[in-house]
Amino acid sequence: MNIHEYQGKELLRRYGVAVLDGHLATTPEEAEAAARRLPGPVYVVKSQIHAGGRGAGRFTNDPNGKGGVRLARSPEEVKAEAAKMLGSVLVTKQTGPEGKQVSRLYIEAGCEIARELYLALLLDRDVGRIAIMASTEGGMEIEEVAERHPEKILRVHVDPATGVQGWHGRKLAFGLGLEGKQVQAFVGFVTALYRAYTELDCAIVEINPLVVTRAGEVVALDAKVSFDDNALFRHKDLEALRDESEMDPKELDAVRHDLNYVALDGEIGCMVNGAGLAMATMDIIKLYGSSPANFLDVGGTADAARVTEAFRIITSDPNVKAILVNIFGGIAKCDMIATGIVEASKNLSLSVPLVVRLEGTNVELGKKILAESGLAIIPADNLADAAQKAVAAVKKAA
Amino acid sequence: MAILVDKNTRVMTQGFTGAQGTFHASQGIAYGSTYVGGVTPGKGGTMHPTLNLPVFNTVAECKAATGADASVIYVPAPFAADSILEAIDAEIPLIICITEGIPVLDMVKVKRALEGSRSRLVGPNCPGVITPEACKIGIMPGHIHRRGSVGIVSRSGTLTYEAVAQTTAAGLGQSTCVGIGGDPVKGMDFIDVLELFLADEETKSIIMIGEIGGQSEVKAAEFLARENFAPGKPNKPVVGFIAGATAPPGRRMGHAGAVISGGKDTAAAKMAAMAEAGIMIADSPASLGSTMLRALGR
Repeated sequence: MNIHEYQGKELLRRYGVAVLDGHLATTPEEAEAAARRLPGPVYVVKSQIHAGGRGAGRFTNDPNGKGGVRLARSPEEVKAEAAKMLGSVLVTKQTGPEGKQVSRLYIEAGCEIARELYLALLLDRDVGRIAIMASTEGGMEIEEVAERHPEKILRVHVDPATGVQGWHGRKLAFGLGLEGKQVQAFVGFVTALYRAYTELDCAIVEINPLVVTRAGEVVALDAKVSFDDNALFRHKDLEALRDESEMDPKELDAVRHDLNYVALDGEIGCMVNGAGLAMATMDIIKLYGSSPANFLDVGGTADAARVTEAFRIITSDPNVKAILVNIFGGIAKCDMIATGIVEASKNLSLSVPLVVRLEGTNVELGKKILAESGLAIIPADNLADAAQKAVAAVKKAA
Repeated sequence: MAILVDKNTRVMTQGFTGAQGTFHASQGIAYGSTYVGGVTPGKGGTMHPTLNLPVFNTVAECKAATGADASVIYVPAPFAADSILEAIDAEIPLIICITEGIPVLDMVKVKRALEGSRSRLVGPNCPGVITPEACKIGIMPGHIHRRGSVGIVSRSGTLTYEAVAQTTAAGLGQSTCVGIGGDPVKGMDFIDVLELFLADEETKSIIMIGEIGGQSEVKAAEFLARENFAPGKPNKPVVGFIAGATAPPGRRMGHAGAVISGGKDTAAAKMAAMAEAGIMIADSPASLGSTMLRALGR
């Protein structure tokens, strides 16, 4: 789960991570009032959307104007900028061409920047430990740094038995060329950030840029925080930070029904059990000349109700011209899936061809339920047969 | 001979009296494997209501009383890491965790606990391990398997079944199938399983199925180039497939996640590394069996 910058900073502040003062605003008046609570004389007005590259992004109603992060020199100026930004659609490198509407602003105190650095905590799956990654190239996209100057990315791994130690911070600090008081400030920053990461079950905490101020302080200028969805059960309070307007409505619907769904732009709706088989089903659809409308893993414990929800979400996509159900039952039982398909077809009055391939646990029972339902289902014998029939159904409809 | 499990394996279940533990233990028993008992804390000293096997409060007690040498875990995700750690402490040689959705930081601790321990872990978030016609531990449908010569190792559960069905249909059968699971931090990885397959006489060829993300398939390819496809080495035919060629990049872990793996974790990059090592790549998930026949020169 992703959250906004202002939410991430509020959480990090509780762990003693150095962030600047700031306040949320959803109207120009609130923005002005927020600015009056800050020391000045410089204010930063920051668009709150779940995408990076905001500063370099442009608003669709003012393509030649300023970006999604603006400087202001007075509370009045903050108000004026806020009025232009709120309600407008911001397009950045990461939003895609359709952009995202800005409905929240974060009004933050300005600071005098001496250096911009990069710092991130994340899981290194190849080592099975948390990595702390740092670079002197703050403010740049880290993929670009990795490509052009891989030697400028420093990393250390944390042994979970001992947790973060002083040397982790020192090794990175000296590697980044910090000196004097800055080193201790950086070590403190890293230590606090690690505590926040582990106690909140984060997936990524990325501070880009991390700035060293003229006064020698180390402060997070931006903060991207996301959480391990599997651990949200022990952080009920974090659920409140979810901004549903940032999610694809179909994906949000899927999350509510415990389905693993990703919207894509193709024409064959897919319902599969298991993430690997779901990806492989997408791959084989492409191989036979069509494209998948979605990734959907119904999971191992799929029952009739869940299958119905899955169908409802798939068919709510107007691009879907055929549906391919591919189930290889292990923990999932084919009869349960078949019952779900029959119920869903009755309730949703499907208007597109439906190809069903069932295999594995209770397959004979499942096939019998489908055959006796009298529904116009196109049965398939195996994966290749299923994909070919789904692609053929789409071509025929076109 | 097969690997990891055989007719002599004595299986215990953690989360024994729950719905999943009960159902899949009964399936394992029906398949002919040796299940000896299990653990449900608080129900120690009783008999399982339907399986007529003893229930214990702790793994150590169960192991001492039954001689269990493999433990399968169906405990819900919030408590699953705790169960794995208990099995490690009890020195269970083979721990198989089926549970899906374990917090990744829990698994970071488990992985640390495995270092220097006497246990091997398969999973979590995996279908389990089966040596056909001898021992089934996990949630895979038993009836699709035939005892034979192909060793199968896979990150994806249901794609493993696909490989099984196709090698059964091709008349080859399987020596052992190991689902290593799809989680980013897990127990045995490709190399750990491949090492066992290369040393196993019954395993004449290998299918490995990977996914996008991470570096373990690339590392496995390098391992096979060195330890299998070199002069004087076993030179067992290996067929590979990577799921996710059409998956949109960066949806799950974002950009910093891709950076840490050096950008080599796409399906195309992995398949190229595997092909270069000498692995025959199946161009479709439906052609795993036919590609294996081709690799065997049939």
